[in-house]
Amino acid sequence: MSQPSPMITDEQLSAEGLELRNHGQVLLIACGALAREILALTKANGWTHMDLQCLPAIFHNAPEKITPAVKAMIERSRAEYAEIFVVYADCGTGGQLQRLCDDMGVSMIAGPHCYSFFEGNAGFEAREELTCFYLTDFLVRQFDAFFWRPMGLDRHPKLLDMYFGNYTTLVYQAQIQDPALEAKAEECARRMGLTYQYRFTSYGDLAVALTSLAD
Amino acid sequence: MSDQEDDIILSELNDEDLVAQMFDDLYDGLKEEIVEAVNLLLGRDWAPYRVLTEALVGGMTIVGNDFRDGILFVPEVLLAANAMKGGMAILKPLLIATGAPRVGKMVIGTVKGDIHDIGKNLVGMMMEGAGFEVVDLGINNSVDSYLDAIEREGPDILGMSALLTTTMPYMKVVIDTLIEKGMREDYTVLVGGAPLNEEFGKAIGADAYCRDAAVAVETAKEFMARKHNRMAANA
Repeated sequence: MSQPSPMITDEQLSAEGLELRNHGQVLLIACGALAREILALTKANGWTHMDLQCLPAIFHNAPEKITPAVKAMIERSRAEYAEIFVVYADCGTGGQLQRLCDDMGVSMIAGPHCYSFFEGNAGFEAREELTCFYLTDFLVRQFDAFFWRPMGLDRHPKLLDMYFGNYTTLVYQAQIQDPALEAKAEECARRMGLTYQYRFTSYGDLAVALTSLAD
Repeated sequence: MSDQEDDIILSELNDEDLVAQMFDDLYDGLKEEIVEAVNLLLGRDWAPYRVLTEALVGGMTIVGNDFRDGILFVPEVLLAANAMKGGMAILKPLLIATGAPRVGKMVIGTVKGDIHDIGKNLVGMMMEGAGFEVVDLGINNSVDSYLDAIEREGPDILGMSALLTTTMPYMKVVIDTLIEKGMREDYTVLVGGAPLNEEFGKAIGADAYCRDAAVAVETAKEFMARKHNRMAANA
């Protein structure tokens, strides 16, 4: 895989996505929110046969856009690659993304959300945490763009209780150790009126899934 | 919509202008103004049911239409709902006391494992506005919770809501239990929530999937009309 431009920003990943194609054999069609983590893994492991195509991360807030966008990308790309792997969890598509992948003969990573596979789906499910709100590294960095502003909380703070009144805890699942991100996540919890919990997950099942493609 | 809000004295408006102003104030989510206007209309001998239907529901219908058409978004709808809630708090006991017409009764709650209740709350409020009695079971409801409420309350409609892909299959558990107990045909089952769709609603055996609160109200009314027609035919 060609190396990412040092100029790539979270704002670009959110709004536009990312295309890094270098005639690899495997194409990863991923959420833009996972771009940095996927690139870290491919670089660390020397997986030069994997190309990356990220869709806009802001689809996180509009899950109905994910399945059609992934479908279009598979159709556009399948003639060029020996294998395509979708690096989206269900992500609120209500099983539609899995059905699409099954219909098109493409594999995807398992799990309901990225914050589930980052911890490891089995461990995440076992916790049965109903009242936790999860942030990953990307979501901490993009907290205002993905949550605070779209939910209108910058303009109408009184809505906070309507949105998060049933939550108790903000869990920051860290993929990398970064004190600045930890401080920001804690600040997010304070703004939301939630207790704060830090969990270092690294890449969890994402690393497992990509490793299986390398075999 | 209300750029000249500071200049408007609600008590000086005639009924027609006051209702028009309430539409604007609901649209802008101004709870205090709605509360004041509801009290003004009641003070002018408007029946509580008339205040509800002509002022509050009329205003929320505009909000609902603009949400459907992509003009308003969730934060604005929540603010409007919050304003309507202020008006409903005054009207609800009066509606009961005055024996206002009741369209039907609904038991509603989010399913087990799901704490996301914004959609459920919006549906509940809009249903009340449409003349339904609503029993809100809150969040994280087990099969037993739904069944107990159904037996206790005797509703016409059971509403279930879920935001998570992981919790929405629980709706089928509830419906299957109703079937096992021979109770399924006694109730209209409506389901909703962001990851659901019509196909899912059919697959689990619900009567209908409702994509938003306005659709839920219209669907509920439709099923109540069918029920009344059946009862009339069998009478």
